[in-house]
Amino acid sequence: MYRSLTLDPEKCTGCLQCEMACSWEYEGHFNPAHSRIKIFAFHQEGRFVPYTCTQCADAWCKNACPVEAIQINAETGAKEVVENLCVGCKVCTIACPFGTVNYDHARGKVMKCDLCGGDPACARACPTGAITFVDGDWPGYEKMRQWAERTDNLASAQ
Amino acid sequence: MKHVIVGAGPAGVLAAETIRSLDKHADIVLVGGEPEPAYSRMAIPYLLAGQIAEEGTWLRHAPDHFDRLGIARRAARVTALRPTDRSVTLDGGTEISYDRLLIASGSVPVDPPVPGLDLPGVHHCWTLADARGIMELARPGARVVLMGAGFIGCIIMEALVARKVRLTVVEAEDRMVPRMMDQTAGGLIKRWCVEQGIEVRTSTRISSVQKSGEGLHLECEPGPSLQADLVVVATGVRPATDFLADSGIGLGKGILVDAHQRSTIEGVFAAGDVCEGVDWDGGHGIHAIQPVAVETGRVAAHNMVGREVAYGGAMDMNVLDTLGLIASSYGRWQGVPDGDTAALLDESAYRYVKLQFQGDRLIGAITLGLTDHIGALRGLIESRRSLGEWKSRLLADPARFMEAWLATLGK
Ligand SMILES: Cc1cc2nc3c(=O)[nH]c(=O)nc-3n(C[C@H](O)[C@H](O)[C@H](O)COP(=O)(O)OP(=O)(O)OC[C@H]3O[C@@H](n4cnc5c(N)ncnc54)[C@H](O)[C@@H]3O)c2cc1C
Repeated sequence: MYRSLTLDPEKCTGCLQCEMACSWEYEGHFNPAHSRIKIFAFHQEGRFVPYTCTQCADAWCKNACPVEAIQINAETGAKEVVENLCVGCKVCTIACPFGTVNYDHARGKVMKCDLCGGDPACARACPTGAITFVDGDWPGYEKMRQWAERTDNLASAQ
Repeated sequence: MKHVIVGAGPAGVLAAETIRSLDKHADIVLVGGEPEPAYSRMAIPYLLAGQIAEEGTWLRHAPDHFDRLGIARRAARVTALRPTDRSVTLDGGTEISYDRLLIASGSVPVDPPVPGLDLPGVHHCWTLADARGIMELARPGARVVLMGAGFIGCIIMEALVARKVRLTVVEAEDRMVPRMMDQTAGGLIKRWCVEQGIEVRTSTRISSVQKSGEGLHLECEPGPSLQADLVVVATGVRPATDFLADSGIGLGKGILVDAHQRSTIEGVFAAGDVCEGVDWDGGHGIHAIQPVAVETGRVAAHNMVGREVAYGGAMDMNVLDTLGLIASSYGRWQGVPDGDTAALLDESAYRYVKLQFQGDRLIGAITLGLTDHIGALRGLIESRRSLGEWKSRLLADPARFMEAWLATLGK
């Protein structure tokens, strides 16, 4: 069974350590703009929501890719961008209904979470346990729904 | 069970792979009308730009990919479908029988009624063979006229610029990408191109192409004539159904299919550019785009092996990079009569977001100069979720669509 990232908005304080760690892991510098995980701030409610690819079973990005540049890592189950095959057409960025594949203008390639090969830097960096890497293999949408429901309950409780 | 698939583009390949994943023992024959390995038309602009070699356009890279999956490949054109015999005829006369047939023959380019488009030096940009013809003539300094500034025209513009040609773009309609962008966005894309030094003539028709010395002479209406070493015709495509004329299959603009991708003939399915199927919002239509090709290919495959799966419906979605200016459009971006519209425009920054609503649902969108998380627009539209209080927030600031998506995800 694959392990997956779980994101718990209730525990997120918006410190952005995950974005820094992600950017450092991939780019070798600290720039949240290059992070594959994003924290969305809902200032009115004082709420922070971590969000990244759930490595969903549907793999819209992988199916839409015209040149096989998104492949599944057999060890982690992550859908990974193969940079030397990616032509930068961006079709995956519009096909993923979760909005978790982004285009990197500087490189001319797309970028998405690949679970850092099995030891996600964001989960390691998170000081509050809002991002954890745990056993479990839920289909992506359900998984997103589940944690989203938690966000939602929290929002309506406030 | 023997499955025959006509067409080795993304729809056909995804269907063949999906059938294999669902049925280990099925016979699968994938017939493609072009000599190359299964490839992706979408990758052609990057070939033209010199960014990849021909192999870079291949849909699958492992040399034994189809062998390993037990998918038999045949390079031949299908010339007829004979439903009473449950067979198709290949161009050499060979008959192939099927239990289930998928037609995924894609589109063919459409020419406007302009004399001279059959001359040497005039090319479509639809196949690898076309791409080779273009690359031979699109040398540095060559005079190139791009006829049609639609989606495909705009996408190959960057490649032509990368080849250092002298480019003129001629579009009959009043703006660029008229079927994907509104007046505002189409106008901004034109201004962007002109700023990059490209001559763009909208509301202009090429009325004839003639040989003239080493090159070609183009009459235009209105305005001065043009000289060219290469003319690239990108004036639209239509479903490739010519070989089906005598088959009795139900045809509209394309092969008519239901939500299970079934045609009007028992045992015959269609997917991809060639089919006219159900839309996400209840309508019917053809969508010559990659995401719909792969999704309908997969849905067809499920139903071909006997697993009833209904397609949620096709939606227009495009992302277009015109010389670095990135635009996207989704769904009913034109809006609907009883709907609401929200737009945010910064002309000098080339930034634009426009959202279309019906009731408290998002039904369409256009973006320009913005790429982060745009997929969520698809999620918001296709899931038909009620926006609730987020509708008024989006009306005030349409750029907040990602927050709206997150906030309504559980609903
Ligand atoms: C230059 C260019 C850029 C594009 N960019 C984009 C883009 O950015 N985004 C996007 O969504 N879409 C884009 N498209 C469109 C996209 O490529 C098509 O929507 C997609 O290829 C459709 O897939 P398909 O499998 O239905 O058909 P096709 O890819 O057209 O494949 C059809 C297959 O059927 C075969 N065939 C046809 N007739 C016969 C016959 N009689 N017998 C046997 N075989 C036959 C063909 O040889 C081919 O193998 C682009 C297209 C081009 C040309």
